[in-house]
Amino acid sequence: MPDTSATVGTDLKLTAKDFKSDQEVRWCPGCGDYAILAAMQAFLPELNIPREDMVFVSGIGCSSRFPYYLTTYGMHSIHGRAPTIATGLAVSRPDLSVWVVTGDGDALSIGGNHLIHTLRRNVNLKILLFNNRIYGLTKGQYSPTSELGKITKSTPMGSLDYPFNPLSLALGAEATFVARTIDSDRKHLLDVMRAAATHEGTALVEIYQNCNIFNDGAFDIVKNPATKENALIPLVHGEPIIFGTDGSHCVIRDKQGGVEIVETALVDHDDILIHNAHAEDPATAFALSRLSDPQTLNNSPIGVFRSVERPSYDHLMSDQMAKANAKGPGDLSELIRGKDTWTVE
Amino acid sequence: MPKKTVQLDRVIIRFAGDSGDGMQLTGDQFTSSTASFGNDLSTLPDFPAEIRAPAGTLPGVSAFQLHFADHDILTPGDAPNVLVAMNPAALKANLKDVPRGADLIINTDEFTSRNLTKVGYEQSPLDDNSLESYNVHPIGLTSLTIGALKEFDISKKEAERAKNMFALGLLSWLYDRQLEGTERFLNEKFGKKPEILAANLKALHAGWNYGETTEDFSVRYEVKPAKLNSGTYRNISGNLALSYGLIAASRQSGLPMFLGSYPITPASDILHELSKHKDFGIRTYQAEDEIAGIGAAIGASYGGAIGLTTTSGPGVALKSEAIGLAVALELPLVVIDVQRGGPSTGLPTKTEQADLLQAMFGRNGEAPVPIIAPRSPSDCFDAALEAVRIATKYRTPVFLLSDGYLANGQEPWLLPNVEDLPDLHVEFASEHNYTNEDGTTEFRPFIRDPETLARPWAIPGTPGLEHRIGGLEKADGTGHISYDPDNHDRMVRLRQAKIDGIANSIPNLEVDDPTGDADVLVIGWGSTYGPIGAASRLVRKNGGKVAQAHLRHLNPFPHNTGDVLHHYKRVIVPEMNLGQLALLLRGRFLVDAIGYNQVRGMPFKAEELKDVIEDVIASA
Repeated sequence: MPDTSATVGTDLKLTAKDFKSDQEVRWCPGCGDYAILAAMQAFLPELNIPREDMVFVSGIGCSSRFPYYLTTYGMHSIHGRAPTIATGLAVSRPDLSVWVVTGDGDALSIGGNHLIHTLRRNVNLKILLFNNRIYGLTKGQYSPTSELGKITKSTPMGSLDYPFNPLSLALGAEATFVARTIDSDRKHLLDVMRAAATHEGTALVEIYQNCNIFNDGAFDIVKNPATKENALIPLVHGEPIIFGTDGSHCVIRDKQGGVEIVETALVDHDDILIHNAHAEDPATAFALSRLSDPQTLNNSPIGVFRSVERPSYDHLMSDQMAKANAKGPGDLSELIRGKDTWTVE
Repeated sequence: MPKKTVQLDRVIIRFAGDSGDGMQLTGDQFTSSTASFGNDLSTLPDFPAEIRAPAGTLPGVSAFQLHFADHDILTPGDAPNVLVAMNPAALKANLKDVPRGADLIINTDEFTSRNLTKVGYEQSPLDDNSLESYNVHPIGLTSLTIGALKEFDISKKEAERAKNMFALGLLSWLYDRQLEGTERFLNEKFGKKPEILAANLKALHAGWNYGETTEDFSVRYEVKPAKLNSGTYRNISGNLALSYGLIAASRQSGLPMFLGSYPITPASDILHELSKHKDFGIRTYQAEDEIAGIGAAIGASYGGAIGLTTTSGPGVALKSEAIGLAVALELPLVVIDVQRGGPSTGLPTKTEQADLLQAMFGRNGEAPVPIIAPRSPSDCFDAALEAVRIATKYRTPVFLLSDGYLANGQEPWLLPNVEDLPDLHVEFASEHNYTNEDGTTEFRPFIRDPETLARPWAIPGTPGLEHRIGGLEKADGTGHISYDPDNHDRMVRLRQAKIDGIANSIPNLEVDDPTGDADVLVIGWGSTYGPIGAASRLVRKNGGKVAQAHLRHLNPFPHNTGDVLHHYKRVIVPEMNLGQLALLLRGRFLVDAIGYNQVRGMPFKAEELKDVIEDVIASA
């Protein structure tokens, strides 16, 4: 394996330009993916990791074209399976920084099984889930995050299946890092990426992303300057959860052990819930994830819901490999002989 | 008075009992001591898919057949000389295979009216003279065992469970096998339960002593050691040989190995075995499903390891899309399919070779994949090395088709000298491979090696070679996405030519035609090697002339395959499917191949194949 230790500690002086590939970007004009790509290219130099040590793996869907537009190593794989490929790579090459780029169909529909198992294993991967609540590449069918009753090409009378809340799902799947951000809020996006990149284990970042062709305006409520202040609930570790114009609303514990939204003026300031992303018990993070309205996305918390420490799968496997090799490498001749041989003269 | 000893050149024993009676263990132990004694041998375990089918029923019967001889043998044998039947179900299920005059050792304690009724015996076959043409030894194995273990502080049930050791002791006496190996095994197994250990040892010796004392057995048999080629031998099953071959391939290539797998019968033992050998740099990963297993293997290959996935037919079906991806990515990958009866869940514990066309064609688009097949349990070792050689040299997924019979069957293996194993080192790309007109250089991931047509293996972490690959069609050379019609036509043909070119690196098909003037060729692949070889010997013994050839490489075929086929007037293709190789041979070489096909979940019988060959010879 190549020795990359020489680069540790030195400033590589990379810039956003160093991460822009020569490939023409082929998303539709106005697609939210452009903003995420630009933010990523601006953010990656911060990590001070040589380009050759980064790998972006994607599945199938609009978002999955992402690796072609970066100058790192990359693989555009098959529908829903990117976490499996990234897992094999990360586990056998712990020296690499491995990222998965996926969408709501790729990660939550065809690849749902891989997503939940990757999260519980806590493989050292950063998963960026571009959620546009629609199938874009196949031209506009409803997705597992589309609101109930969605009228699309495949559901002319409205969709019948209840949507996933991706963060509730991740929290239920033993994820150690769960966050949400928005394509159009560059500063917030970068803050969340930064937190995810430094997390040991699997980090799941849901990015609300507008598909201006097949689902335009799906996130207007959390993006429109007139509504977003009241619709978004920013989560900051260690801070009371207050939102709305002039802090009009806040989150408190309710009597059933969950959380509820109330008018700030009506409660004692000390009763306002202080966000603790590092709580071992995911119950409060889960309760927060349930605040967003599944139909309208009103009251969507954004930020880091959960960030806890648990040894990563690849780390644990490396430990086992080291333990097994403590007495030196195996002897093939001895192995194949086994315990019971006989000799013919 | 010492009992008479009769010399035999070969013996076939079948142990049969309930799934819970420990027949596989008994068979394994008898096999070990037979191997240590120096006989050539071949085994056939035959057990139900259910872990514990209802006790005493026909579906619950588990059997183990062992053929051992003083000369080299090729199969586990057609018809047992001795059947050990632990209950009425075992007798009923197996008697049809036992020729008249054979010995039946029957545990009479289990022949209760309840057990007899369960399997549809109206009257006990021990009492109605229906077994009169056999040499019946009715023995109360259960009661004798319980009696022998009276002094031990164990429950009646625990005592009863030692009856397989009593049977093993008796058979060991009858065929003059040493007990040391089994004693060692029991010591390891029950080391922490001294009372159970002592009881099992006692039962084992009680069985031996019973043989020596009882007048029921007037003779003992002796099968002298076989005159095999000189060297050191061990006994080995196909799954174990395959695991060792993979470990050896990792060592010979200097590359770490990564197995992504999901448990499935009859392939799981490879996962179990490889997981024990992290000290050889082997990483094993039990994935959430078949697809994740192969996905992880592809990821590991991309990172510079030998990516490997192990499965059986239903798993291959799930992995098909990912195999297609590996074809498009042109990365090394080894897919091991330990075939079982199909379609669907089929016969999980029975053997079949009906996945050949699935391996050959079971993907969308033109997606050629090399296929190789081992022909005996020990040959799995060499086949594993060959699969890794092709995968890494040609940057392609490779199918290795084993089967349930090879996986669990055992035979003696002449240990190779590890220093003589093939060198499998390959080079990773380390520098730019293309110079532009302006003199600048760059890396193009799809510029091919002119000899092998393989593309560079450029692994992440290598500075200057950052590139993107994927399942979309790529432009020849640059690897950029391309929808150009001419480029697609060229890339499809290049991928095919790369696989076809593997034939340049494999040996010609050898033909065994002792007289050189046979009119009939029998050609097979995989585990039918033993039965076809044994049948050919029988034909020749009768004065018939037959040529035998056996294919290790099924895609591509060796260069001379067509010449070999056209050299003979008649070509017979015995297969445990409905004619899959025959279809390929007919299609590729326009030869009028005659199929002989069975899908009974069991290997062919040599005697039966002999008749088939002789019929064709007569008509040629």
